[in-house]
Amino acid sequence: MVPLSYYLVLSGFLFACGVAGFLIKRNIITIFMSIELMLNGVNLSFVAFAAHWHALAGQVFVFFVMVVAAAEATVGLAIIIAVYRTRETLNVDQVNLLKL
Amino acid sequence: MNPMLNLWLIPVLPLAGAAINGFLGKKSSRSAVTTVALFFSGAAFAMALWVAMRFSSLTLPYHEYLLHWIRSGNFSVDFAFYLDQLSLVMLLVVTGVGFLIHIYSVGYMWDDPSYYRFFSYLNLFMFFMLTLVLANNYLMMFIGWEGVGLASYLLIGFWFTKDSAASAGKKAFIVNRIGDFGFLIALFLLIKHFGSLNFDQVFQSIRPLGAETAGAGLLTTIGILLMVGACGKSAQIPLYVWLPDAMEGPTPVSALIHAATMVTAGVYMVSRSHVIFERAPIALTVVAIIGTLTAFFAATIGIAQTDIKKVLAYSTISQLGYMFMACGVGAFSAGIFHLMTHAFFKGLLFLAAGSVIHAVGGEQDMRKMGGLRSYIPWTFLTMGIATLAISGIPPLAGFWSKDEILWKAYQVSWVYWLIGLITAFITSFYMFRLLFMTFFGDYRGARVDEHGQGSHGHAEHGHGEPHESPMVMLAPLMILALLSLVGGVVGIGNHFENFLAPVFGTGVTAGAVGETASRYTEYVFMIISVLVAIAGAVLAYVLYLSKPELPQKIADSLDGLYEAVVHKYYIDELYAAIFVRPLINGSTRILWQGVDRKIIDAAVNDAGDGARHVSDEVRHMQSGNIRSYAGWIAAGSAVVIAFMIWMGVR
Repeated sequence: MVPLSYYLVLSGFLFACGVAGFLIKRNIITIFMSIELMLNGVNLSFVAFAAHWHALAGQVFVFFVMVVAAAEATVGLAIIIAVYRTRETLNVDQVNLLKL
Repeated sequence: MNPMLNLWLIPVLPLAGAAINGFLGKKSSRSAVTTVALFFSGAAFAMALWVAMRFSSLTLPYHEYLLHWIRSGNFSVDFAFYLDQLSLVMLLVVTGVGFLIHIYSVGYMWDDPSYYRFFSYLNLFMFFMLTLVLANNYLMMFIGWEGVGLASYLLIGFWFTKDSAASAGKKAFIVNRIGDFGFLIALFLLIKHFGSLNFDQVFQSIRPLGAETAGAGLLTTIGILLMVGACGKSAQIPLYVWLPDAMEGPTPVSALIHAATMVTAGVYMVSRSHVIFERAPIALTVVAIIGTLTAFFAATIGIAQTDIKKVLAYSTISQLGYMFMACGVGAFSAGIFHLMTHAFFKGLLFLAAGSVIHAVGGEQDMRKMGGLRSYIPWTFLTMGIATLAISGIPPLAGFWSKDEILWKAYQVSWVYWLIGLITAFITSFYMFRLLFMTFFGDYRGARVDEHGQGSHGHAEHGHGEPHESPMVMLAPLMILALLSLVGGVVGIGNHFENFLAPVFGTGVTAGAVGETASRYTEYVFMIISVLVAIAGAVLAYVLYLSKPELPQKIADSLDGLYEAVVHKYYIDELYAAIFVRPLINGSTRILWQGVDRKIIDAAVNDAGDGARHVSDEVRHMQSGNIRSYAGWIAAGSAVVIAFMIWMGVR
């Protein structure tokens, strides 16, 4: 059986990749994907713990997260399309009208 | 049992007048202000007279308790009043002369735009002075003491738009503070060692103590500190410098506060504390020496002054010196006697000087007067009487009191007597000089109107010739002239001394025995002092009437000395160099530029600057860039996680 720590390291690695992508990338779709990556990194740790402790709460939580992520993805992609239509760019640094 | 006299009304009546005029006077008419001011000061005088009439039926000293004030353990101070022969004399002098000067001021200040303010202050002064006189403990006396200082400050600076008046007021106030400091420490010593400030209790605990002949002890210290206070208030060496400057105030103020009443508070206080002084010979000697020196020096300065009010100011200092000389040789009743007659004739001199100033349109320089005798005969007459009185010509008031002092001084030491006698000569000289320069010879002033300097406020009526003052000003002059004429009679046959004997504890008979033994000597002394006074008058006559070119020659031949006298021995300059300038420089350079600007201001400003610099740097964090926020969040989380891991590892 694969030890828990492997899952956790992978989960942490995925999360860190998400964070790094979020911070480094300028393309809004890439950023969006990075957020999904972070969510899934966390999901992995949830299921790993659920399997380890034989508790279902973690599995249930993961479903919640996936549902929320799906909803978020629809809304987020809709916003991205709206932004692209008005600004004709996907670079977040140029989408700064709300900044002082 | 004593009847209830309601003494508290005497000070409170003028206070009511001050309040009414102060709060409502601005909108009332001049006659309403006059009515209020005269009614309340007159009521105080009437009440004092009523008390005097019932005086013989009282058991003395009469106490009147009004209110609690301070209760702290065994120590207590009340609002309570104390009446004995000494307070009665002061009471009558203050209310009587005060009332007369109120009447005079109606004429003198009529055209002043701040008429109501003047009378409000004047009534306020009466309140504090009467509190001082009637207090039954040192603390209440101190309240009055400070209060008259305040009233004096307000009235000296009455024409506060004039720079000189404003700074004269400040000078008077600050110099008085120095004296009050001594007074206050004396009070603390009394509280510490006798646990009370009540006159009766303090004196009762002091009476059993022996005289401190061997050396300076507690009583000597207290006595000298009290004298420091008296020096400030009564303008004695070394604190006399404020009084000549105080002449910036309106003339009635100079008459009431800076001649007749307030400046004598020191004499009253020393006399009231005679129990302490009698047991402290060293302090008493200090009092006598200060008094004698002041009498002499102030008189010499008076010779060369040309401002009519300045001459009178130095004369006042000199006469106060006489009073302290009397106190210093233990003749307190002689001092109080001179206080009373001085209040009459010096009040009169100032009021008459005011009348002169009024007549010539605000001019105070005697060199621009002269020949006023025929223009203002009544003023001349009354001022002449006052001059004779202060010079010590019998049978006027000043003769009796001054002679009494000189005689008592001689019994202690001939040095005091001799200096006193020389001073009497100088007094007579400068007073007759004033009289001759002002009233005799030809009028040297400008005939055209020179008014409207604003300060005197009688700009409305034109002045061609010098003109006599209105009746409202002359009447007080005449009454005071009458008092100066006959006021000394109470001193004949030691009546006055015997009247005050219960206060000062001098036996009536013992004094009388001494009198008979030395009666002829006393007569000789009397004749000497009269001759000296006449000699002074004759000298003034020769120098200023028959040979008017002589004074200039004498002044030229005594070049350095004359210069020194004209410049008041450079005392003001000396004080400026020793005290004022170092203080100002120290305050400016060290306290202001150093401490205030470099430390306090700098600390506040640097704190502000620091905060701004730090935030200048830190505000870049709030860039509005989402990813930088996320970066911070990630970095923060990383730190927290690292910390938790480190904790777990440990």
